[in-house]
Amino acid sequence: MKEKVVYQLKDKAIWVVFIFLFVAFTIANTRFITPNNIITMVRQVSMYGIASIGMTFVILLGGIDLATGSIITFVNIICAYFMVHSGMNMYVAILLSLVLATLIGALNGFMVSTVGMPALIATFATQTIFKGLAYIISGGTPINGFTVDFKIIGQGYIGPIPVPVIIMVICFALGSFILNKTYFGRYFYAVGGNEEAAKLSGIRVGRVKYLVYSLSGLFAGLAGIVMLSRTNSAQATAGDGYEFDVITCVVLGGVSVTGGYGKLSNVVAGVLIIGALTNGMVLMNVSSYVQLVVKGLVLAFAVGFDCIQKKRQTT
Amino acid sequence: MSEEYVLQLQHIRKEYPGVVALKDVSLELKKGEILALIGENGAGKSTLIKTCSGAVIPTSGKIVVNGSEHTSMTPQLAAENGIAIIYQEFNNVAELSAAENLFLGRPIKKGFIIDKAAMEKEAAKAFERLHIKINPKSLMKNLTVGYQQMVEIAKAIQQDAKILIMDEPSAPLTSAEVESMFEVVERLREEGISIIYITHRLEEIYRLSDRIVVLRDGEYVKTLATKESHVEELIHLMVGRELTETYPPRKDCINKDEIVLELQDVCGNGDEDINLQVHKGEILGLGGLVGAGRTELAHLVFGAARKKSGKMILDGKEINPKSPRDAIDLGIALVPEDRKRHGAMLGVSIKNNINMAVYERNSTLSVIDAKKEKKIANKYKDELAIKTPTLEQLVKNLSGGNQQKVILARWLAANSELVIFDEPTRGIDVGAKYEIYKLMNHLIEEEGKTILLISSEMEELMGMSDRIVVLAEGRVTGELDKSEFEQDKIMAFASAAGKEG
Repeated sequence: MKEKVVYQLKDKAIWVVFIFLFVAFTIANTRFITPNNIITMVRQVSMYGIASIGMTFVILLGGIDLATGSIITFVNIICAYFMVHSGMNMYVAILLSLVLATLIGALNGFMVSTVGMPALIATFATQTIFKGLAYIISGGTPINGFTVDFKIIGQGYIGPIPVPVIIMVICFALGSFILNKTYFGRYFYAVGGNEEAAKLSGIRVGRVKYLVYSLSGLFAGLAGIVMLSRTNSAQATAGDGYEFDVITCVVLGGVSVTGGYGKLSNVVAGVLIIGALTNGMVLMNVSSYVQLVVKGLVLAFAVGFDCIQKKRQTT
Repeated sequence: MSEEYVLQLQHIRKEYPGVVALKDVSLELKKGEILALIGENGAGKSTLIKTCSGAVIPTSGKIVVNGSEHTSMTPQLAAENGIAIIYQEFNNVAELSAAENLFLGRPIKKGFIIDKAAMEKEAAKAFERLHIKINPKSLMKNLTVGYQQMVEIAKAIQQDAKILIMDEPSAPLTSAEVESMFEVVERLREEGISIIYITHRLEEIYRLSDRIVVLRDGEYVKTLATKESHVEELIHLMVGRELTETYPPRKDCINKDEIVLELQDVCGNGDEDINLQVHKGEILGLGGLVGAGRTELAHLVFGAARKKSGKMILDGKEINPKSPRDAIDLGIALVPEDRKRHGAMLGVSIKNNINMAVYERNSTLSVIDAKKEKKIANKYKDELAIKTPTLEQLVKNLSGGNQQKVILARWLAANSELVIFDEPTRGIDVGAKYEIYKLMNHLIEEEGKTILLISSEMEELMGMSDRIVVLAEGRVTGELDKSEFEQDKIMAFASAAGKEG
């Protein structure tokens, strides 16, 4: 019984941290807890949230996806290009951009699974390639001038709730469905936990990897669309460094960096913590340089915690 | 006495939690002799020699080296006393030269700088002493396995080893290489170096050794003078245990007319020209020593490795499984040997582990039928008596026996016609073993399955099989019907291949 309580507590520890942080910021700055600020905060993290779902899958599998930020940038540029320069219908442009994002993810899957490259290097190569392509397509200048309808995705509201937040919630529901209700979800854990055993249980590991990296591309692409609509301008630097924030969210959410263990519900907490941290620090006028230091420390602690637990288990 | 013997192990006992690896083993090594140490897999040979190097600390007993007594060794102490071990896996650096490997960890230096020329000169001398032709400058990775082993031996001799322990040195070598290794070993004996030589190949014992020590199940059996012994006697000493364990009786369900699996000249994954037939309702035992190619054969049938040539026929139809998925869909299951590495997904729940091979079958549009999933898990939890409060329990929190049951459940759930068991009872306790035997009988009697059983435990193999095919070094060396089962015969087949190949 006691074991069960400890287990439950450990499992939900991240939510305790979140509440603690929330209370601390509330005490430090009264503006933090206002409905307006809360909504702003959640809207700010919606892009992290959307991208973190794909990243969760990848990390569960024992991999990593460094191409996320680059895919966001590329989708920004290409979708804007389709709409403004090719005069494409908004929905067609979005759909086409998402297909491209998924294909970029599949390319990662190809390199990791079929070629057998380490995920770190394969996705790093993809990152560099598509960053370059984004510059080439845009010529380095921002692309502006979208329709009013397009702005709804990133700036609109349904009732009091911002559209990006709704998209994020739908994505989390979808991610949770894939992870918990379909056999693919079971396979992610199995492959991440013990690839050899997974193979011998009849799991086609290669296909699973393709799927996971493609999904990571798709979710990153979706985050890119939301961002484009929110900023209303496509920049070739839009998604720079985004992957690290997303990785931080996922790892903070307790997904094991060596794969095989983690829960999407806790990743939500990870995303909210990063959101609260960023938002709170801005409210308190903490310089962006110091913010970087804090975020780095958070990442180190999150991974450190995971590794210490692993060590304890093995010794 | 201490003048005659350079090394004495006296009443060595080694206990691990729950297991006694060595029980009161004594061994004496004379100066300038080759002492063969033999025994089946798991007889305790490796553990025993590791007590000499300090890698294993004996629970009790004494080690007497050059007249001084020790209760345990350390790597330094072993080196000071001139004890060197040549393991099966070499400790070399592929990208360095032979000379640099020879002086690995203790390079000759001129001030701060490594003196390559001096090392090469010394290495050349060491090689010459052994009458072997290795260019000290050639990189380790460009040397054959035989020469790499020679570098290891030269390294030991160069460090002034007086006692050389060799753990199955002939295993990785080609027959030509084995011959030159023999010559080197004999030369070392002439120089007065004492050698403990571990091997599975009985003919090597007669070629090289002066005396033989036999171990069985962690116990000392006998010391013999090689000249006065003969092969049958050795085999009998190695396997001659009393058959004490009982096995649950099984109805005869064999249908000789129906061949479930037939292999015709199958080659690949280290196996050559394998021919065998498994009949419906039969347990066919695959015997042999570790490394005989049995697991490799199982992987060929299961699609985890690809065959190079030959035919595999399942129920009269030729099959070519490209992946375990294919094999599962054809009705073949493999309960793997290495539970932790190949079987259990430790961080995944019992329920998910059990269903892992059948998820695709029990899903509509990739969505799992949760009711069915739970039903299957519950069914096998009850049938196999898996002890757990909840099916959500992670498999890593279960005991070895229960983990094995979870893996068995996965393959029972797959409802395969042919089940391959690879060392199904290794490392699990007696009670759980018996349950697994009963389960195998149940599969045969009630469910009409067919079983291929790989086991290195002689008793289990004989107790459970209807027929035994013995493999050695990737080839079939013998086949025995139930009426012909004898430990000595199986052992003779299992150590046979060396003579021919």
